[in-house]
Formats: sequence, C-alpha cells, structure tokens
Amino acid sequence: MIVQERIERKLTDAMSLLHLEVINESHNHNVPPGAESHFKVVLVSEEFEDLRLVARHKQVNRILKDELATDIHALAIHTSTPSEWRARHGTTPLSPPCHGGSKSPQS
Amino acid sequence: MNTETTEQAIRKQIADNPVLIYMKGSPERPQCGFSAQSTQILMACGERFSYIDILTNPDIRATLPEISEWPTFPQLFVAGELVGGCDIITEMYESGELQPMIKQASASHAD
Repeated sequence: MIVQERIERKLTDAMSLLHLEVINESHNHNVPPGAESHFKVVLVSEEFEDLRLVARHKQVNRILKDELATDIHALAIHTSTPSEWRARHGTTPLSPPCHGGSKSPQS
Repeated sequence: MNTETTEQAIRKQIADNPVLIYMKGSPERPQCGFSAQSTQILMACGERFSYIDILTNPDIRATLPEISEWPTFPQLFVAGELVGGCDIITEMYESGELQPMIKQASASHAD
C-alpha cells in the first residue's frame, strides 16, 4: 500500500479536491501479487474548470512526476469538475485489459 | 543517434503526420491495453493515421516525454498538437469531440 498512500498524499497536498479515488489495478496485469505498478486515479476539483483535458492530465503528471519515473508503470487519469462529475453520475470508464506487456522495460 | 537528431526527427514526424500515435507495438499487434484501446478508437474514426512503435525505437521512447511533457504512452498528436493518452482519447471519442478533430486535421493536411 506504500505507493498508493504516497499517490493519495501527494494529490491531496497539491490540489483542492472534492473527491479522490486511487485504485490499484496491478492485479489485472502481468505482475507479481501485491505489486503497485498500475493505478487509476479519479479526481474531482474546481481547479479543473476552464482547463482542457491535456492540461488537467499534465497537472496530475507533474504532481506524480517522481512516482511516474520509478514505481508507476501505467496511470489512468480521470478528471472532472464538480458539474461534469454530477453529469456523469460519479462513474468512470473501465481501464483496458492487459496485453501482457508489463514484462517489457518500464514506460 | 544523438539526442539532438532524435528530437529533430520527432518534431518532423509530428509536423508531417496530421494524425500520429506513439504506441507500444503496432495497431495490428499492440503490446499494451492502453495502446490497443487507443488504436481501436482511431480506426473507428475512419481516417488514416500514422503510428510509431516506441518499443522498437528506444531513442524516441526516451526523448519524446521531454518534448511533449507527457511521461507515458500512448501519445496522440493531431495537427501537431498533443491531444493526450488513452483516457483522453476515450473520453473525447465518447463525447463526440475526437472524430471531427481528426477529420478536420486529415482534410486540411490533404489540401
């Protein structure tokens, strides 16, 4: 749970969030049990107003820069403003299934 | 290949190809679920697109994240601009934004 907790703490410290989910999806992939390599983060924040998706994701990537360089192999990011979150009824798309590539070098 | 020429090569690829995805594997044989889903969506958009397999191009894999300020793959570029990765591609396709953007980029490149 160490990486997961660090992701949660960094995002909470850096942003004003109305909702945050950090989901370890590593078990869906070709990695050892207990691995912390594949994550999905769901963030709802007023800070995303008037920001394009690419800018929102860059903000998240910047906050998790160190983890992306080391621990995280794949990171799914879902960002919403409060009104977008209500419009999609608080649901996020499923991450795609593994194609077995996790044994290749880190991305 | 040194870093400077790799960067020049990448910038030329992005400028020359109106719809370009840097991915793991090929559209026929994607090596990652995120790359697979992204190329399926691009195929569903119905326009030709270019791809570069970063698994067989380690120089590009190492250099592109610095240029694009984007740490992960796949990365989709349309009309010379970074659109984003798999989550953004999926979200924009489902909201109906992606297809017109790609059609417009392909059409203006053909002029």
